[in-house]
Amino acid sequence: MKANLVIAGVGGQGTVLAAKLVARAAMAAGLAVRSSETIGMAQRGGSVVSHVRISDVPIASPLMPPGAADTILGFEPGEAVRCLPLLRPGGTVVVNAHTVAPVSAALSNTEYSGPAMIDFLGRCGCRLIVIDGDAICAEVGSPKVLNVALIGAAAAAGALGLPLEQMEAALRKSLRPKLVDMNIQALHAGARAAAKGEQ
Amino acid sequence: MATEFLMGNEAIGLGALAAGVRVVTGYPGTPSSEILPTVAAGNPGNIHVEWSVNEKVALEVAAGAALAGARSMVTMKQVGLNVAADPLMSLAYLGVKGGMVVVVADDPGPISSQTEQDTRSFGLFSKLPVFDPASPEEAYEMIIDAFELSERYGAPVLFRPTTRVCHGNAPVNLRETAAAASAPERFVKDPRWVIFPRLSYQNHIRIEQQLPVIAEEFSSYRFNTLAGAGRLGIVTQGISTGYVAEALGILADLDQQGHQLPAHKLLRVATPHPFPKRLALDFLHGLDRVLVVEELDPFIERELQRLAGERQLQVSVLGKASGHIQVAGENTVAAVTQAIASFLGVVAPSLAAPLPAEAPELPARPPVLCAGCSHRSAFVAVKRAMRKRRAIFSGDIGCYTLGNAEPLNMVDTCLCMGAGITMAQGLHVVEPKAVHFAFIGDSTFFHSGITGVINAVYNRTPIVVVVLDNATTAMTGLQPHPGTGDTMMGSVSQKVDIATVLRGLGVKHVEKCDPLKLEESMAAVVRAADATADGVAALIFESPCIYVAPPAPSYIVDAEACVCKECIIKLGCPAILSVDGKAVIDETLCFGCDLCAQICMFDAISPFSLLGAKP
Repeated sequence: MKANLVIAGVGGQGTVLAAKLVARAAMAAGLAVRSSETIGMAQRGGSVVSHVRISDVPIASPLMPPGAADTILGFEPGEAVRCLPLLRPGGTVVVNAHTVAPVSAALSNTEYSGPAMIDFLGRCGCRLIVIDGDAICAEVGSPKVLNVALIGAAAAAGALGLPLEQMEAALRKSLRPKLVDMNIQALHAGARAAAKGEQ
Repeated sequence: MATEFLMGNEAIGLGALAAGVRVVTGYPGTPSSEILPTVAAGNPGNIHVEWSVNEKVALEVAAGAALAGARSMVTMKQVGLNVAADPLMSLAYLGVKGGMVVVVADDPGPISSQTEQDTRSFGLFSKLPVFDPASPEEAYEMIIDAFELSERYGAPVLFRPTTRVCHGNAPVNLRETAAAASAPERFVKDPRWVIFPRLSYQNHIRIEQQLPVIAEEFSSYRFNTLAGAGRLGIVTQGISTGYVAEALGILADLDQQGHQLPAHKLLRVATPHPFPKRLALDFLHGLDRVLVVEELDPFIERELQRLAGERQLQVSVLGKASGHIQVAGENTVAAVTQAIASFLGVVAPSLAAPLPAEAPELPARPPVLCAGCSHRSAFVAVKRAMRKRRAIFSGDIGCYTLGNAEPLNMVDTCLCMGAGITMAQGLHVVEPKAVHFAFIGDSTFFHSGITGVINAVYNRTPIVVVVLDNATTAMTGLQPHPGTGDTMMGSVSQKVDIATVLRGLGVKHVEKCDPLKLEESMAAVVRAADATADGVAALIFESPCIYVAPPAPSYIVDAEACVCKECIIKLGCPAILSVDGKAVIDETLCFGCDLCAQICMFDAISPFSLLGAKP
């Protein structure tokens, strides 16, 4: 058993916590796990990438080479595309449809189009699952559950390396009690959205 | 034995706790910043933990405790060791009584640093032992070894993880019981603790005699490993150990015919200084060619070349000098796989897979100041106030370095901590008619800004010191400092007031203002610039970081009134988007700083709640 996961987003979106939640769940399942974060200089707004590697045999490197990722969790369409070289042929991309526009786009008057990014992902030969993260956050009532919704979608699609139930159990264990219900709700909303979002 | 999923820095902090550390000091710096708070969070109550004002001070506090016999640790990033180099070099001669570990995190890339310096080379320079962990779980064990070795040899020890170890995560087996913290009753007075030329000469001899002894011990050290056989050898260290293992796995899998990879030896060096000579000779024995896979300096490469020369071995040592390994930046699994494939003479897989040309253009995301950041307001105020005057803007190290980006473009120089204030003085000598601004953050001011101000006052160099006081050390993760009064022991000290400090230093014009009030701020900037006729002037912009202050209601743009896009062109705020030619504010990012509303010439921007849309 082996699952290589890339979590890509923009600083402030909750990617680092997502990596930690998945890794803890894998550890609880008795698997070997390593992860690594590239977080950059800014507190917010920069590209943030986490690698999470899960295996039933020891893992040598926390970072994976290009073409090794089974799944990309894209918190934002452009960041998912940026990490595409890491995806293996036929791998899965679970992506939030909502973009985070960079300052540079407004300044340079260049168009940054989420649909164009998603359209490209659809043509690249990967299995693509598009999630309306904003809708799930609105449904659950918190902008901070995007990470768990994406995890739920990946788990339901069989692309996380861990089943949904195991992820749910891990969330119950590692989140503060008052955050549990909200996040379980987001996890399942993500799981339901995965079925609808398969392209 | 408990197993926890930990970041490398957490593992180092918990390892120090398990080693019975008594005093922990440091100054924040990526990628080292999480170590010290981990100790503070696990403090059973008998450990002194402090963010010191800078790395030199931190190292000296830890050294004092170690001279008395307590185990101490000091943490910093690699450039911090430059600041602490003076006490470190002398302490190497003096030695310590309690085990003392100097944790210095290196940053190949560099990902968030000024330099790609290699602390292993600092170990060679200072004649101190160096530990180089390869993973979080190893770092936990290794720092305990480091304390023990330091105490046994009476020498401070360098412990140098790199970013991928510090910010990598793995399950770590924690020891059940911590060693009892060494608790010396008192400092024993002894002439050996007073550095003098005669003592330094004697200790220099002792150190040179001791290094080969430590090197011999390192040759049997559990994390220095030698495996394999053959006439080819691969050597590695740190995080590259994982990359090499991954690469060898990829190359073995690739061979469909079931052929084995060419026979090779594999050496991993976990203690680069003093170099484990006996182990390295065992490794070199019978080899024709060696590939050294390491990051930053070609440290092991040079040691092996020296050893081969000393023993007149017919072996070629390949690595950075020969062009087989990149000389700068981080190693990657892909690059290491290519290098090893070519070294072993096997087919290299194509791992480099660029994005196809038909991919849409990716959004550029350079590091930017957050929406609502008070530094943005301060920069805009200075820029507008100086629109018609020749002004030069010296920057410094911190979030406000990001003011260099367009459209602010307010950082003309940036060198190292505290250098804005002093470089502005040199610039003034060359161009006395310009107004010279030196921007410095609150934490950086305490770190190394104060001496520069004294220098300007003393040498009558009229610069404008602009302190950007956001009440925290923001860039490295919101650590407290003397200006906030909060300590890592959970107590609150009297705040050190920056204005009082500046007046005490002899700065006559000292003014505070709120950068979020643009007109008032611009007037204050003009007053400060004019005051340089009479010497050094200081302006303190006080407004807390958005991470330590509650947000104000977010703002909204009235699309009908929006015509100029001045807010987009002049501010570079991440919350302001351009949609169909109009400014649109992302309410989830907006912090309600009001700056855009103040510069809007058409009154198109106002607080959300005022429109009655929603609270």
